Amino acid sequence: MPINIDLKALSQLPDSKGHFGPYGGRFVSETLMAALQQLEETYEKLWRDPAFQEEFDRDLAHYVGRPSPLYHAQHLSDKVGGAQIYLKREDLNHTGAHKINNTIGQALLAKFTGKPRVIAETGAGQHGVATATVAARLGLECQVYMGAEDVQRQSLNVYRMKLLGAEVIAVESGTRTLKDAMNEAMRDWVTNVDDTFYIIGTAAGPHPYPKLVRDFQCVIGREARQQCLDQIGRLPDALVACVGGGSNAIGLFHPFIEDADVKMFGVEAGGYGIETGQHAAPLSAGSPGILHGNRTYLMSDDAGQIIGTHSVSAGLDYPGVGPEHSYLKDTGRAVYVDATDDEAMDAFRALTRIEGIMPAIESSHAVAYAMKLAKEMDKDQTIVVNLSGRGDKDIHTVAQIDGINI
Amino acid sequence: MSRISTSFEKLKMEGRKALIPYITAGDPAPNVTVDLLHGLVAAGADIIELGVPFSDPMADGPVIQLACERALQHNTRLLDVLAMVAEFRTKDALTPIVLMGYLNPIEILGYERFADEAEKAGVDGVLTVDLPPEESDDFNRIMRAHGIDTIYLIAPTTEDERIKYICENGSGYLYYVSVKGVTGSASLNVQAVADKLAHIRKYTDIPLGVGFGIKDAESAKAVSVVADGVIVGSVLVNKIADLVKDHGQIAPQVSAIIKDMRTAMDS
Repeated sequence: MPINIDLKALSQLPDSKGHFGPYGGRFVSETLMAALQQLEETYEKLWRDPAFQEEFDRDLAHYVGRPSPLYHAQHLSDKVGGAQIYLKREDLNHTGAHKINNTIGQALLAKFTGKPRVIAETGAGQHGVATATVAARLGLECQVYMGAEDVQRQSLNVYRMKLLGAEVIAVESGTRTLKDAMNEAMRDWVTNVDDTFYIIGTAAGPHPYPKLVRDFQCVIGREARQQCLDQIGRLPDALVACVGGGSNAIGLFHPFIEDADVKMFGVEAGGYGIETGQHAAPLSAGSPGILHGNRTYLMSDDAGQIIGTHSVSAGLDYPGVGPEHSYLKDTGRAVYVDATDDEAMDAFRALTRIEGIMPAIESSHAVAYAMKLAKEMDKDQTIVVNLSGRGDKDIHTVAQIDGINI
Repeated sequence: MSRISTSFEKLKMEGRKALIPYITAGDPAPNVTVDLLHGLVAAGADIIELGVPFSDPMADGPVIQLACERALQHNTRLLDVLAMVAEFRTKDALTPIVLMGYLNPIEILGYERFADEAEKAGVDGVLTVDLPPEESDDFNRIMRAHGIDTIYLIAPTTEDERIKYICENGSGYLYYVSVKGVTGSASLNVQAVADKLAHIRKYTDIPLGVGFGIKDAESAKAVSVVADGVIVGSVLVNKIADLVKDHGQIAPQVSAIIKDMRTAMDS
């Protein structure tokens, strides 16, 4: 792998202004600057505070159910023929996805800063559910912004959020998906900044969000690294994770950045195929720009307008990506590829039938690429796939594709 | 001296305050905008903020979001907006034009090319909502080299250290956002604004404009007593929205709102 940069320095980013090389930063309107500065100070103080760490670790252990297993998918590996595929089972977490690692952390920040109200944006609804869950537990008022199109395709999660006491606000503006939900959450925050904590669901947005979300999600990679050493006696040869905003991927990748021999593959949503333009793959087919508070790879047209995206998975249907991934791409430390809707659905069915594990359609993108990659590798090599969420929420979507009405 | 500074100097000598209307370029159609600009000037506008349509206007309320959508239906691009300014300049060499919008269209065009084309078109200032001074070293340097003022926001939440920092980076005027929220939201509290402006004046001599929450001649008048400039947007854009099927009425009716404000402010 052609890496000419200092990996230790790379792993210590962002700098004090929240920059990962040319990416990241804080591009928001003035009203939010004070809140972000305050959040940064609070976070830096608490993250180093043993009492905070202890509470965070305790919640991850006893509320989320960590550590999540690292499962050797032997049947799938045999069937594919090639490298051994291991699944990092984030799907077994409380609420069914990796998202809860981050919402536990941010809700603790909300608690320590004394804000009585939390808001969130959500795509597939997993982050919304994870936010509603921690809000219920801590007695915080909770409103979740969700694109109107996603409200339809993820109706199960919408009802889960309501049961948890959250209000779900369907966003009708723009493309009615995740990016518009994030716009609306930002508008809410700028209006109610005094009493509201914005729990961003992915490792994107203005500094310090990309950093703190990553730090909360790094538990995935730290566990996986140790589990590899324990179970196979060495580090894996490759990591594979799906990338929408990129929080599950950065959580897996980051603790391995300095392990130069461990290859990293982020899998974006190829939609109907990159060549059709109907996809959600800014790292594969976009260019750097500014959206939602950070400089990062985006899907925008040559006039700088954000382009509508397409993916079968609501959680990956986003035109931007976390800034750290942009820099990992430019430095060559991670490689970004894509899996189409069809490839993801094939992988969904394969994992379900071969291992009895039903992955989220988001995570199915990672499984799809891992199956491809494994074929090109030796039997004694190892791939760790982040199985970031479970597929229960997607049953309606899958049934619809099958032409079945349930 | 820039056209913006000249304009404020002249007003100061006359004992008047600047009236600064905002409209979104290309709303509801590109061929409406230049006539509307001239109409606003004739009605008493001193400076005009011309919005550059963006697909994701995060700091704006529904009124200006919809204006952006209408303009983008006609694919009004940043370069098209600059062409409108150039056309406006053929008949008006005096009234300053400030482009207001979001960074991505400028980022994609490139700072150098943007500054070059904007200077040629006759743009006087640029206010980029999602570009705080912390991220704007290159931007400021390049805009200044082309004689373009960089206008920054100050919010009710901005603390003293940052006020000082923003004042050091801004030129032309400073835009005080009178309420926490998006454009077109709550009404402002004039006394609170007056207190904050007095505080900001400890740090700078740059003229202070006030926007957000100015809805009619009465509130324009009240703000003009304490500020150097009164910025009004959503109420104009709302009127445009009412007239999307009657383009001929847009310039006269929107200008009439400005005329009322002018009269109230000068009385």
